[in-house]
Amino acid sequence: MSATRPKVLAISSRGGHWTQLRRLRRAFSDCDVIWASTDAALAREVAPDSFVTVPDASRWDRIKLVWSILCVLWLVLRLRPHAIVSTGAAPGYFALRFGRLVGARTLWLDSFANAEELSLSGRKTSSFADVTLTQWAHLGEPLPESVKCEKDRAYYAGAVL
Amino acid sequence: MILVTVGSQLPFDRLIAPVAAWGRARGVKDIFFQHGGTTVNLTGFNHAAFIPPDEFGRLLDRATVVITHVGMGTILGCLERGKPILVLPRKASLGETRNEHQSASARSLEGRPGFVVAWNDRELPVLLDRLDSMQGGERISSDASPELLTAVRAFVHGTRLPRG
Repeated sequence: MSATRPKVLAISSRGGHWTQLRRLRRAFSDCDVIWASTDAALAREVAPDSFVTVPDASRWDRIKLVWSILCVLWLVLRLRPHAIVSTGAAPGYFALRFGRLVGARTLWLDSFANAEELSLSGRKTSSFADVTLTQWAHLGEPLPESVKCEKDRAYYAGAVL
Repeated sequence: MILVTVGSQLPFDRLIAPVAAWGRARGVKDIFFQHGGTTVNLTGFNHAAFIPPDEFGRLLDRATVVITHVGMGTILGCLERGKPILVLPRKASLGETRNEHQSASARSLEGRPGFVVAWNDRELPVLLDRLDSMQGGERISSDASPELLTAVRAFVHGTRLPRG
């Protein structure tokens, strides 16, 4: 794109989503990466990179969910990243949604756990994200060399293990 | 030490209860249960409802074998450390999770060295009696596959994939 280091927001909830996100770290080696997740203790795993805590949320708790969405919105508006990468779940989904407001390129990596079909979030995300990846070859088309993807489609370009 | 862990979302007493019963019957006391809230009596064992991530990492380091639901965080943590893993997939039909993705993941991981699946409650005690002979596989690196790293790197830089 340019000679400047892209600013990347890498965001997921804690647990398995985070463990998968962390395994992408080497892909961000020439970037200014800001990690965001739902547990402050995870900062240590990516130190000395920047780390931001966002509140946890699930679809099932309305008030917490709204608060989490607002915090993610603020984070995206404040950082204005060039690119946003998420492995799920709710905070990443909303970060990708809001990424469009600031012109960020967005990538969703569906969890390795979804071996039989794309997650609901992944299916929704594929309608607006620039790239939606599955970790299972039988669930996606090969990622084109241009990395330009069609909407509502999932692509495959390897897995976190 | 045997580490039993069920993640932070929901309890999973269908795993906790038989492992505790097995530990008592066989006199195996060095078991740590992360149970997420349980109705099982775990007197005599170390246990906690939840464990913060850094402490969980230390427990994984110490564990000789890990017994778990099919949570990717725990499984990747074990594979990175070469720890043997025994899993019991949660079932949506029993209200233990939202869909049957744990069985699908278990099927796709089954056959990896050091990864054993208990497909039902009857298999679990049989496999527990074989824990001593379980060997971990080779440690995997802490990076995603080279293909995926290349794709993500191209994406964040807004470039094409390298040819070949």
